[in-house]
Amino acid sequence: MSQFIDIAALDDIPRQGARLVKTQSGCIAVFRTADDQVFAIDDRCPHKGGPLSEGIVHGTAVTCPLHAAVFDLNTGQSTDDWHVKTYAVRVDGGRVMLDAAFLARRSAA
Amino acid sequence: MKQKLVVIGAGMASGRMLEHLFDNGGDFDVTLFNAEPRGNYNRLMLSPVLSGEKTYDQIVTHDADWYASHGVDCRFGEPVVRIDRTKRIVYSNAGGVPYDALVIATGSAPFIVPVPGKDLPGVCAYRDLEDTNKMIAASGPGAKAVVIGGGLLGLEAAAGMTARGAEVTVIHLMGHLMERQLDPAAGYLLQRDLESRGIRIHCKGATKAILGKDRVEAVLLDDGTVYPADLVCMAVGIRPEVRLANDAHLDVGRGITVDDQLRTSDLAIFALGECIEHDKQLFGLVAPLYDQARVLAETLLGREAAFKPVQTATKLKVTGVDLFSAGDFADGPGREDIVFRDPGRGVYKRLILEGERLLGAVMYGDTADGSWFFDLIKQGRDVTDLRETLIFGPAFQGGASANPLAAVAALPPEAEICGCNGVCKGKIVTAIEGGATTLDAVRSLTKASASCGTCTGLVEQVMALTLGDGFTANANPPMCKCTDHTHEDVRRLIKSMGLKSIPAVMQDLGWKTVGGCASCRPALNYYLISDWPTDYVDDRQSRFVNERNHANIQKDGTYSVVPRMWGGVTNPAELRAIADAADKYNVPMIKVTGGQRIDLLGVRKEDLPAIWLDFNAAGMVSGHAYAKGLRTVKTCVGTEFCRFGTQDSTGLGIKLEKLLWGSWTPAKVKLGVSGCPRNCAEATCKDIGVVCVDSGYEISVAGAAGMDVRETEFLYKATSEAEVMEVIAAFTQLYRENARYLHRIYKWVAKVGLEWCRAQMDDPANRRALYDRFMLSQSIYQTDPWAELAVTPADWAPIADLTLRAAE
Ligand SMILES: Cc1cc2nc3c(=O)[nH]c(=O)nc-3n(C[C@H](O)[C@H](O)[C@H](O)COP(=O)(O)OP(=O)(O)OC[C@H]3O[C@@H](n4cnc5c(N)ncnc54)[C@H](O)[C@@H]3O)c2cc1C
Ligand code: SF4
Ligand code: SF4
Ligand code: FES
Repeated sequence: MSQFIDIAALDDIPRQGARLVKTQSGCIAVFRTADDQVFAIDDRCPHKGGPLSEGIVHGTAVTCPLHAAVFDLNTGQSTDDWHVKTYAVRVDGGRVMLDAAFLARRSAA
Repeated sequence: MKQKLVVIGAGMASGRMLEHLFDNGGDFDVTLFNAEPRGNYNRLMLSPVLSGEKTYDQIVTHDADWYASHGVDCRFGEPVVRIDRTKRIVYSNAGGVPYDALVIATGSAPFIVPVPGKDLPGVCAYRDLEDTNKMIAASGPGAKAVVIGGGLLGLEAAAGMTARGAEVTVIHLMGHLMERQLDPAAGYLLQRDLESRGIRIHCKGATKAILGKDRVEAVLLDDGTVYPADLVCMAVGIRPEVRLANDAHLDVGRGITVDDQLRTSDLAIFALGECIEHDKQLFGLVAPLYDQARVLAETLLGREAAFKPVQTATKLKVTGVDLFSAGDFADGPGREDIVFRDPGRGVYKRLILEGERLLGAVMYGDTADGSWFFDLIKQGRDVTDLRETLIFGPAFQGGASANPLAAVAALPPEAEICGCNGVCKGKIVTAIEGGATTLDAVRSLTKASASCGTCTGLVEQVMALTLGDGFTANANPPMCKCTDHTHEDVRRLIKSMGLKSIPAVMQDLGWKTVGGCASCRPALNYYLISDWPTDYVDDRQSRFVNERNHANIQKDGTYSVVPRMWGGVTNPAELRAIADAADKYNVPMIKVTGGQRIDLLGVRKEDLPAIWLDFNAAGMVSGHAYAKGLRTVKTCVGTEFCRFGTQDSTGLGIKLEKLLWGSWTPAKVKLGVSGCPRNCAEATCKDIGVVCVDSGYEISVAGAAGMDVRETEFLYKATSEAEVMEVIAAFTQLYRENARYLHRIYKWVAKVGLEWCRAQMDDPANRRALYDRFMLSQSIYQTDPWAELAVTPADWAPIADLTLRAAE
C-alpha cells in the first residue's frame, strides 16, 4: 500500500539537480528534471558507491559523478547494467511527496 | 439558346474558371456578381501592394475589356443575398437574375477573435483591397500597428506595414511562427529574420482585449502586456463563406459540400474555391483552386473531369525572406528526418521521409530546390537510391550513382562547397594539389569549413577524392553522442551565431538529445562563460560535482577543502584558523600539497558551508583546488631571502595569483615563478612559467608534469612586472577563447602552434585587447564562491531525515 509523505517543497530541489532524503538504510536521492518531473532512486551507485545525487542530470537520466555510469531515473537501470532501487514520488501543490511504504517494509523486516 | 450561367464571387477561383470556359469555346451568358466593388484581381499580390512594391492596377487580372469581349454582365459591388433554388433565380438588392447553372465562389471570410473592442474603428482583417488600403493609410512612419496572428497572412501584413515605416508588433498564440507550415527550427530562423527587420514578435501571446475609446489605442494580452496601436490587423484564420448556401439549404459541412465534379447537393449548382469542402478537406491556397477551376469548366462544358486534391506548397511573400514548406512534416512513428543546417548563411533544410518516400520538406534561407522536392513529394517516388545526397538537391544527383563520393566527384570545379566563405570545389582541389593534405591545412589556405564547419564533411570528401589513398579522415570526433559537431565547430558557432544559452546552442546546433549529457553540458557551460561573460549566467547544474560544490569529492563521498595561500605564503593567523577548523570538523588528514598550500581531507558535505565561513572569517578564500581554472602560483623566495635571486619572485607570484584567481579556463592552470634559472619553483614544467633573470622575466608556456611530462617553451621576454602581468593575462585569455574544453595549455598549444601564440603576444594592440577582455571577465567572475554559498547552509544538508520515522 502506498503512503505518500510530504518531504519538501519542489523548489527546494534545483532544476536538473537532486537533494537527499536520509533513511535508516541509506540515502534516497530525489531528482528534479528541467521540466519539473521528480524521481527518487537510491543515492548509492552500485559500482563503487558514487553519490548519484551529485551527478549531472540530463533529460530523465543522471550520470554518476565518479565513473560516469548513466542511470535512467524512470527505471533505475544503468547503461552498464547496474540497477538502483526506485521509489514512487509525486508533486502535489508544489510539495514533493515520497511514497514511504518502504519504511514499513524495512521495519517489518 | 445560350445557357445562362450565374457566378457568385469574382475571386481567384472563379476568374480562372471563366478563363478556361471561354478558352475552350464555352458559349454561356455569364452574369458575374461580386461583393467587392471591382472585378477579378490577384488577391495573393495584395501583399506587394501593401508593401508598396506594386500598385493595384498591376494586380488586376481581368479588366473591363476582357469582360466586355466575353459578354460578361458584371454586377460588381452587388452582393448576392438569396438563392431561390426552385425558381432558379439569384437575388441581389437590385433584383433577380435567372440561371441554368449557378457557381458559388464566395471564398472565405476572415475570422475575427471575439474579444472586447473587436469592432472599434482601426481594427481590420486582411482579405481585400479595402483592408489593404486601411493598412496603407495607417502605416506611415511613426505609426504603431499590431498584427494578431503569426501565420502567412499576418506576417505579410506585418512586413508590408513595416516597409511603409510603421512600428509593427506581431502577437502569435503558438510557440513559433507559421506553425502550420514550419517546424520550430525554421520558425525560429524566421522570427530572427523578422526581428532583425524591426518587427517585434510576441509568441505564446493570447489577446484579451482591444483597448480604446473612439478608436483603437492598444492591445492587451492575457499576461498583462499592453502594446499601443493605431491599427490592429486580425489575421488569425479564415472560414469558408457559406451563408448563402446555408440559407438555400444546400449540404454544408465546414464548407459547401461538393463531389469530384464540384457539384453541390443541387444538380444545377456548383461551387469552387475556399468556400467548399471536398472529401472532408478545406482549401486555403490557390494551387488546388486552379485545379478545381479547370475541372469545373470541363464539367460545365459537358466533359469528363474529376478533381483530385494535390499536395500544396507554401512560400512566404516577404521580400528577402526565403521560406518554403510542402507536404507533411509532423513527427510521427516510422518517420525519419534528414536535416541540413548552414548557420553561417542562415540556411535550414529538413526532409521528412517515411520508408522510401519523401513526405514533406521545410526549407529556410535557401529554397532553390523547393520545387524539385515538391515534385518528389507529389510523385511519391521511391527515393532510396537518392537518400545519401537527397538533401543537397538535384545538383548532386549525378546519374544513377548513390555514392556520396561520386556525387562530389560529379560536381563541377565552380560548385560551392563552403557557403560561409564562398569557397568552390576547384579552389580546394588546387590547395590540396599544392600540398595541403590535412583538413587544417586546407582550412587555413582556403578558409573552407573555417566558419560554421557544416561543410567539413564535404571538404573531406573532396580531399578523399583528390588524395585517394593518401587521405585519412580527420581524427577529430564529434563533441559527444549528442551532436555531430566537434568542439571546435561548437565554439565557432557559439560566437558566429551569437548563441548565449545552453538551450539556444542545443536548438540551433541541432542537439540530438533533450538535455545533453554529462560530457557536453560542462563544456557548453564553459564556452558560454568564456564567450559571453556579461550575458551568460553560469549554470551550476551543468558543472561536475567538484565545481558545483566548490570542493573535491573523495572516493568515500567526503570532500577536501583547500584555502588559497597567495604565492604559497602564509602566516600564523591563517595556520591557526586551519588548525582550529581541523579540530572543529574532525578532519582526518591535513596534507601539504604540491602547489604550496594545505589540504584538509575528509570533510562532510553538510559541514562545508560552516568551514568556509570560518576560513572567510580568517581572511581566506577558496583555493579553487577543484576548478578548471587558476589553481596555484608556486614561487621561490627570490631576492627577498635567496642569495641568487634576481627579482622578487615571491612578490610577483602573489601579484599574478591575485590577478588570475577566480578565472575559469578550459582545464586547470598552474603557474610557477622562479627567482633565477636554478628554478626552485619548478616553473618550467608548469602551464605558464616565469624565470627571473637580471635583465627581466622569461615567460614560457605549455609545460606538463602529469601523465605527460614536458618542458615549457619560450613565449615572451618581459622587462617589467607590469608587462609580465599583461602578457600572462592576455595569454590566458587566448587560451580561454580558443582551446577546447579539458585541453590543458600544452595540448592546445600543440594544436595551434607556439608561433601563432607568440605572434598574438608580440602585437601590442592585440595583446591589450585580450588583456581587456580577460579583465572584463574577471570583473564578474573574480569572486569567492565560498562566501556566496556559505550563506545558505540548508542547501548542503539532506532535505528530509526519515531515520527516526517509524512506520505507522
Ligand atoms: C493577402 C493575401 C495573400 C495570400 N497569399 C497567398 C499565397 O501566397 N499563396 C496562396 O496559395 N494563397 C494565398 N492567399 C490565399 C488566396 O488568395 C485564396 O486561397 C484565394 O483567393 C481563394 O480564392 P476564392 O476564389 O475561393 O476566393 P476569393 O478570392 O476570396 O474570392 C471570393 C470573392 O467572392 C466575393 N463574395 C463573397 N460573398 C459574396 C456574395 N454573397 N455575393 C457576391 N460576391 C461575394 C468576395 O467579395 C470575393 O471577392 C492569400 C490571401 C490573401 C488575402
Ligand atoms: S630559483 Fe633561484 S632565486 Fe629562487 S630560490 Fe632557487 S636559487 Fe633562489
Ligand atoms: S597521483 Fe593519482 S592517486 Fe595521487 S592524488 Fe593524483 S590522481 Fe590521486
Ligand atoms: S561509482 Fe558510479 S560509476 Fe563508479
